[in-house]
Amino acid sequence: MAADSKTVTVTDASFADDVLLSEKPVIVDFWAAWCGPCRMVSPILEEIAGAHSDKVTIAKLDVDANPQVSQDYKILSLPTMLVFKGGKPVKQIIGAKPKAALLAEFAEYL
Amino acid sequence: MTKLHDVIVIGSGPAGYTAAIYLARADLKPLVFEGSQLGGALMTTTEVENFPGFPEGIQGPDLMVKMREQAARFGADLRSEDVEVVDLTGDVKRVWVDGNEFHARAVVLATGSAARYLDLVDEQRLIGRGVSACATCDGFFFRNQDVAVVGGGDSAMEEATFLSRFARSVTIVHRRDTFRASAIMLDRAKADPKIRWETHAAVTGVRGDSLVEGLELTDLRTGETRELAVTGLFLAIGHDPRSQLFRDQVTVDDEGYVRTRGRTSLTDVEGVFACGDLVDHIYRQAITAAGSGCAASLDAQHYLASHGAATTDPEPELAADPVSVPV
Repeated sequence: MAADSKTVTVTDASFADDVLLSEKPVIVDFWAAWCGPCRMVSPILEEIAGAHSDKVTIAKLDVDANPQVSQDYKILSLPTMLVFKGGKPVKQIIGAKPKAALLAEFAEYL
Repeated sequence: MTKLHDVIVIGSGPAGYTAAIYLARADLKPLVFEGSQLGGALMTTTEVENFPGFPEGIQGPDLMVKMREQAARFGADLRSEDVEVVDLTGDVKRVWVDGNEFHARAVVLATGSAARYLDLVDEQRLIGRGVSACATCDGFFFRNQDVAVVGGGDSAMEEATFLSRFARSVTIVHRRDTFRASAIMLDRAKADPKIRWETHAAVTGVRGDSLVEGLELTDLRTGETRELAVTGLFLAIGHDPRSQLFRDQVTVDDEGYVRTRGRTSLTDVEGVFACGDLVDHIYRQAITAAGSGCAASLDAQHYLASHGAATTDPEPELAADPVSVPV
């Protein structure tokens, strides 16, 4: 992502601090460089992050480099987006969707 | 008022992007609704070895990104949104996207096809939890596990060969003992020591609560069932054309493919053209889709030349002074 990216990058090491202990809800985008559909979701999440940064944090987790978190949450498909609130996963969205559909899925957290 | 575009392309992939490239170079400023499956079927493939001009091969998604950039370079207006409703009747075609209405004199349909599922009770529930139609997206998560691929064509062989990099074993389940796959793909799979074969067999059940734990296979000769212990089920049993949006407006065949006239891209509705996997149940290659996208753009240009800013325009004031709606 570009330097002005509105999303934050999280790792196995930073996951607890950046996601589980976050005061705001966090939408974690599980992605990988080899996942074609992830490329479609990525710019949409950037836009949502830019427009709703007051309410929600959007985090990117590269499953290639961070196998532990992916395994802990039984991620078996990319892209998967998990919404965390108060340290717990509260919503799971599997597969690429258009912006309107993602906004509807995230509506209660935005 | 809604601006009247010359042409709207619905869909992406090799057909949609090629149509967009040609239409953009013809200065028709195509509006392209790429859809949420942006890039089409090639986005879920790996190495494409048979697209001319890439002697070293190219990754499917990279090829799509390049085609997309090429369309953008000539001024195609690319939007990764899904079309919700269309009205293809009349001289002005109408398209609704995310609540907004768009008008065009011509429409190119290039919505491609969608992966077919087995239609088993537990299959849909376990999508993304072990059931997958995209080995390249999901194979990574099945490291050292046993998985199954259903199908007997090139995509089944490609998926199995790809999955064997990660998985402990890959079982190809196929209804016959003959394969539609090309010799090179079949030989590659047969030479792979991790790949096993279950022929004359069908997957008739998927077991597992929150994750796939196993499959029920039925022997198609004896009717006997048996268990196959796998944690992943990858589907490669073909595709269905994505024609639901306009099935009641253009003529489709029994399987839902849009019918076109002879070797052209003309549908039975004036000003509506169709290309790619949406019309093709025979060849289904990136290069044939690209070729048919080119044909559709040329047919659309020809149509627009005789139906464009000329006298048949029902709303000439719009064409003369287009005003955009906010989108």
